[in-house]
Amino acid sequence: MVGYRFPETGADDVTIKILFCGICHSDLHCARNEWGVTNYPIVPGHEIVGTVTKVGNNVSKFKEGDKVGVGVLVASCQKCESCQQGLENYCPNMILTYNSIDRDGTKTYGGYSDLIVVDQHYVLRFPDNMPLDAGAPLLCAGITVYSPMKYYGMTEPGKHLGVAGLGGLGHVAVKIGKAFGLKVTVISTSPKKESEAISKLGADAFLVSSDPAKVKAAMGTMDYIIDTVSAVHSLAPLLGLLKVNGKLVTVGLPEKPLEVPIFALVGARRLVGGSNIGGMKETQEMLDFCAKHNIAADIELVRMDQINTAIERLAKSDVKYRFVIDVGNSKLQ
Amino acid sequence: MGQAPEQEHPKNAFGWAAKDTSGVLSPFHFSRRATGEKDVTFKVTHCGICHSDLHMIKNEWGNTIYPIVPGHEIVGVVTEVGSKVSKFKVGDKVGVGCMVGSCHSCDSCAIDLENYCPKVIMTYANKYHDGTITYGGYSDIMVADEHFVVRIPEGTPLDATAPLLCAGITVYSPLRFYGLDKPGMHVGVVGLGGLGHVAVKFAKAMGVKVTVISTSPSKKSEAIERLGADSFLVSRDQDEMQAAMGTMDGIIDTVSAVHPLMPLIGLLKSQGKLVLVGAPEKPLELPAFSLLMGRKIVGGSMIGGMKETQEMIDFAAKHNIRADIEVIPADYVNTALERLAKADVRYRFVIDVANTMKSTP
Repeated sequence: MVGYRFPETGADDVTIKILFCGICHSDLHCARNEWGVTNYPIVPGHEIVGTVTKVGNNVSKFKEGDKVGVGVLVASCQKCESCQQGLENYCPNMILTYNSIDRDGTKTYGGYSDLIVVDQHYVLRFPDNMPLDAGAPLLCAGITVYSPMKYYGMTEPGKHLGVAGLGGLGHVAVKIGKAFGLKVTVISTSPKKESEAISKLGADAFLVSSDPAKVKAAMGTMDYIIDTVSAVHSLAPLLGLLKVNGKLVTVGLPEKPLEVPIFALVGARRLVGGSNIGGMKETQEMLDFCAKHNIAADIELVRMDQINTAIERLAKSDVKYRFVIDVGNSKLQ
Repeated sequence: MGQAPEQEHPKNAFGWAAKDTSGVLSPFHFSRRATGEKDVTFKVTHCGICHSDLHMIKNEWGNTIYPIVPGHEIVGVVTEVGSKVSKFKVGDKVGVGCMVGSCHSCDSCAIDLENYCPKVIMTYANKYHDGTITYGGYSDIMVADEHFVVRIPEGTPLDATAPLLCAGITVYSPLRFYGLDKPGMHVGVVGLGGLGHVAVKFAKAMGVKVTVISTSPSKKSEAIERLGADSFLVSRDQDEMQAAMGTMDGIIDTVSAVHPLMPLIGLLKSQGKLVLVGAPEKPLELPAFSLLMGRKIVGGSMIGGMKETQEMIDFAAKHNIRADIEVIPADYVNTALERLAKADVRYRFVIDVANTMKSTP
């Protein structure tokens, strides 16, 4: 537990009393300095939901009492080509919700805490009918899969989407894919996830990727694949599942490069693309889309004092499918 | 197996073939099928030597059927057409590229992508519909289904157009498909060989700014003065590469040797596209982080469909685009292949078939 002072609510700022915060796998990577960029102490958490307690003089979009969210970004340059196009997530100077240096030189601290102060541009309006706790993970997991599905055109009803990995990102990708009218196959190494994938999440099919015969039978059947797996893996078997002109989008962040047999791309004009969260406008669009289609994450609520246990379980993928910290009901002093 | 190559079909044919993995070519008597109702028969005037020919004659991809008559950049003049042929007549200048057949019923064939048909029949060393093995353009005559024949417009030189039938379409198709053909865009071309030099010409004709990326500084003045590239980047020069980071909308990578992709991905702007048209025989490493952080893409492409190949030939004719070639006699072919293996050619060898590939009595 760390005590610290937040800046005063600036003219463009919104002060938020945090009610819930999702535990993202990135929090784990960062807390353990697995990417080598951690600047301790860090307060993780970038799937933040709460109520507005104060707004600055220039704030027009929000008022006290509004239910709002904050995701992975809290600032960007607003001048570069990416920012101009609403792609703050590709701004070379973007400032992350935690473990970044803010414009005033101070460190940013995330949502495993009781309050946060954020520029209104980076605050999302939480739809009325969206549950606050189950909606929190959409602020990272949701936008991380929604954005590439839109950008790479994975939205044509009747087309076939493969979702590799059934964790925080994967389970939301299945729900969003079904809402787009796609046929969805979950691709996973764990056969025991099959019945949940189909009966609870609504996937149409389940492919055990460690079964060579099943993988062979599925070759050339998918229009797109969202690869949420962050462990190092070869892309060869996944690429083979794609039809001609198929697209594989990787949203996980393995710490070593992935192996790609180039003929798998050349011989069928396939592509591998990346995607990283989404811009602010698109994140709001995603929240509204999910609210309309009754999509929220499947979560396990934990108290603040249970965080370390939750993170250990997350490291073993022992969660269906996101932990969410019930900040509002946790004693923090 | 059955019949000897000379007896398989009714028309006599003569070419040069490799008989084993040494890849050495020598004169070869064989035969071509009778002109079927949809076939076009033509006298071959020229045939380009593609790097794929080199891989295939030595069985480097493990699928070669000997004896092999290579050549899939074939041009000539029509001598006979079948009764149902509507697109061509005797005397027309025509060409055949990498394919001579496909299934015509799959999803790819249905959208003019015969090149991605799972049953595509390659111009040489593949089994044709009649069960015989196809022989390519290092030979005096060709017979091909009209669907797989393209017209060479009047006024375009046959010899310098031949390489477009493989090299040309291989780079034209991805420039269009991946949208790297918009005036004002900045596209990099990696490798300045048969494919690379044609890519520069097509991209310039599309109004694109072109940077050649190469390991050989000696190619710089040619790239800029002769081929019209706007700039030249030596890929081994760290400072030059660093200065060029984040400046390109796309890159066409023609290099088929194993090479690192990360520096190339770094040259791309956000949302940039790296397109591979060479296929190294080992997998390459893709750093996922560099794709994510700019929403970048790595894609592949392989030749093009027949409709697009004709479109490419017409575009080239309109913009006076032709390959830079070294015309050689048939008996120089083995030397040419050795030089090609050392990249010692500017930038394509073309065999003068009509004048030099004659059966010795």
